[in-house]
Amino acid sequence: MRPGLSGRIFIAVWFFMSEKIPVTVLTGYLGAGKTTLLNRILSEPHGKKYAVIVNEFGEIGIDNDLVVGADEEVFEMNNGCICCTVRGDLIRIIEGLLKRKGQFDGILVETTGLADPAPVAQTFFMDEDIGAKTALDAVITVADAKWLKDRLKDAPEAKNQIGFADIILLNKTDLVSPDELRDVEGHIRAINPYARIHRTKRCDVDINSLLGQGAFDLQRILEIEPAFLEQDEHEHHHGHDHDHGHNHDHHGHDHHHGGGLKHYHDEEMQSISLKTEKPLDPDKFLPWVQELSANEGPKILRLKGILSFRNDPQRFVIQGVHMVLDGDHQRDWKEGEKRDSRLVLIGRDLDQKKIEEGFLACAA
Amino acid sequence: MVAVDRPSLTNKLVSFEAGGEIIGVRFVRESAAFATGTGEILIAGDSEARIKAHKGAILAVTGDGERIFTAGDDGRIVAVDIEGEQETLVELGNKWIDNLALGPDGALAWSVGKTAFVRGKKSGKTSERSLDAVSTVGGLAFAPKGFRLAIAHYNGATLWFPNADASPEKFEWKGSHLGVMFSPDGRFLITTMQEPALHGWRLADGQHMRMSGYPSRVRSLSFSADEKWLATSGAQEAILWPFATRDGPMGKEPMIIAPGVKNEKVTAVACHPKQAMLAAGYGDGMVLLVRLADAAEVLARRPDGSPVTALAWRDDGKLLALGTEGGSASLLPL
Repeated sequence: MRPGLSGRIFIAVWFFMSEKIPVTVLTGYLGAGKTTLLNRILSEPHGKKYAVIVNEFGEIGIDNDLVVGADEEVFEMNNGCICCTVRGDLIRIIEGLLKRKGQFDGILVETTGLADPAPVAQTFFMDEDIGAKTALDAVITVADAKWLKDRLKDAPEAKNQIGFADIILLNKTDLVSPDELRDVEGHIRAINPYARIHRTKRCDVDINSLLGQGAFDLQRILEIEPAFLEQDEHEHHHGHDHDHGHNHDHHGHDHHHGGGLKHYHDEEMQSISLKTEKPLDPDKFLPWVQELSANEGPKILRLKGILSFRNDPQRFVIQGVHMVLDGDHQRDWKEGEKRDSRLVLIGRDLDQKKIEEGFLACAA
Repeated sequence: MVAVDRPSLTNKLVSFEAGGEIIGVRFVRESAAFATGTGEILIAGDSEARIKAHKGAILAVTGDGERIFTAGDDGRIVAVDIEGEQETLVELGNKWIDNLALGPDGALAWSVGKTAFVRGKKSGKTSERSLDAVSTVGGLAFAPKGFRLAIAHYNGATLWFPNADASPEKFEWKGSHLGVMFSPDGRFLITTMQEPALHGWRLADGQHMRMSGYPSRVRSLSFSADEKWLATSGAQEAILWPFATRDGPMGKEPMIIAPGVKNEKVTAVACHPKQAMLAAGYGDGMVLLVRLADAAEVLARRPDGSPVTALAWRDDGKLLALGTEGGSASLLPL
């Protein structure tokens, strides 16, 4: 070693800032308040300009000169995968918008109340050019506090929208009692324990908590914890580190716990949370998760994992939508960081026992 | 990486900044007309002009040698001549006009969402007709002979005689078809697809042909002057399918020439109108001229990192116009 350098290596690294245009998807059943939210996002003085893609039959009255009507044309990719559906109209419109590059900072996609969010999300992973120039930021679902419970019973689309969401606006809270509100939250949590819930009256929520989320960005999968204590506009709870098993068998009855939230079990749509302290064998895990998504893909809405592979100094992160999987090394495990492997799935009629056994069998 | 030593014409290239992505380029008489993402048309060459033709972006471009025709997200179709004079042909307000095609006797076709429109002459009078496709129209093309329009859409393409009452002929193939063209002899219909592949039909018997193997979507197609080859973008090299025989490319291997640098793909192709030569533009901004007979290459534009989005030859083959996503427009005299 030459004197003076004291063993440090100096290197210059090109750092490419991501110039991808963020795309936020707004879903929600008819009348829940999507247009209210859209107008709120557009009218807040955030200094950003958004292009807005609305469904043709949506409510009008959006004040923006970059509004485009879409037809919600879903088609299957010709790759033998029946759930690899994408929105052809979105591809066309986003390509058109990209010709105006520099004239807007982000894209908001409003879907109809009856839409399945999956084809919208998959569009950003299945189309090479769209994926290279835009990035799906988050799926936000607006839910009507008064009517959501009914819709969860009679509308499969409403359940999809809750199950798929990264952020849920539980809107029109002024129309229900505190008890009813806790009750509907319990129903949401039975389907999706991971989404962030904001309680709102007229979609009055800090826009910064909706945009720039990077919910599909592998680099931003920091932790996977069920959000049992709600972050709403009035109370902020922190440090809830209890790992609550939310897959336990509470059929047909509900109970209260810590935050006074009722616990329900949804017969059809569930989340599965898997965890092991044993390092995984990537040669077992990767084929297993690929096979799982190939076979059970149509039933899996979302999948997310932080994994510790044997003899691997780095965290491996994975996320998926139906049959589309995306995984990568993320960063070194920090000193003292607990090297658990966690995998969570939200889906329909999932065989929890079989999936759990398969996951645990991937231990090295 | 091995440095490729090719002859170069880059010292003859004349370039300027257009101020927006080049969506397409066509020749109007002796000069080139570039259409930009900012809604402008720039005429360069013997004549020069800059015309604000659309409020928003230009989405589709075509031309007939006398005028350039553009369609925009402002719901308008505009034709601009060599003097910079513009004529508004269609005005629909706040609708996107995504596709545009020119046919015989000045016939014009365009599409808005699922609907294809044709404006043409019937019994000497100008008339307008429309046809609703099963999905949003992906592409439009007139047949080389006869008043017949091909419409690409989900799960296939439709052939329509706008002046006949017969129901349109359907050619089916599962998937999203995004572009369409006829072979110059009118025997084949070819579509570009959402998947990295081309599909085709022999019109006489509806026989399918699938041209696949591309790593990415095919966006640019061009038939060679002798009509024997269909040059395509979408791969690291230019891919040319043989159309010389009765069966077209069925069961045949394509000619693969002019590889770009690693990980860069061909983004635009334009065959020379008289000689067996191809201009190929790449994702890094490089443009090569390639002789089909021996694949000899000449460098026409050095890479600058911005994909080539537009290429066109003047009819006499003595001037090449090219443009990039970054907004650089160039002319190369030969």
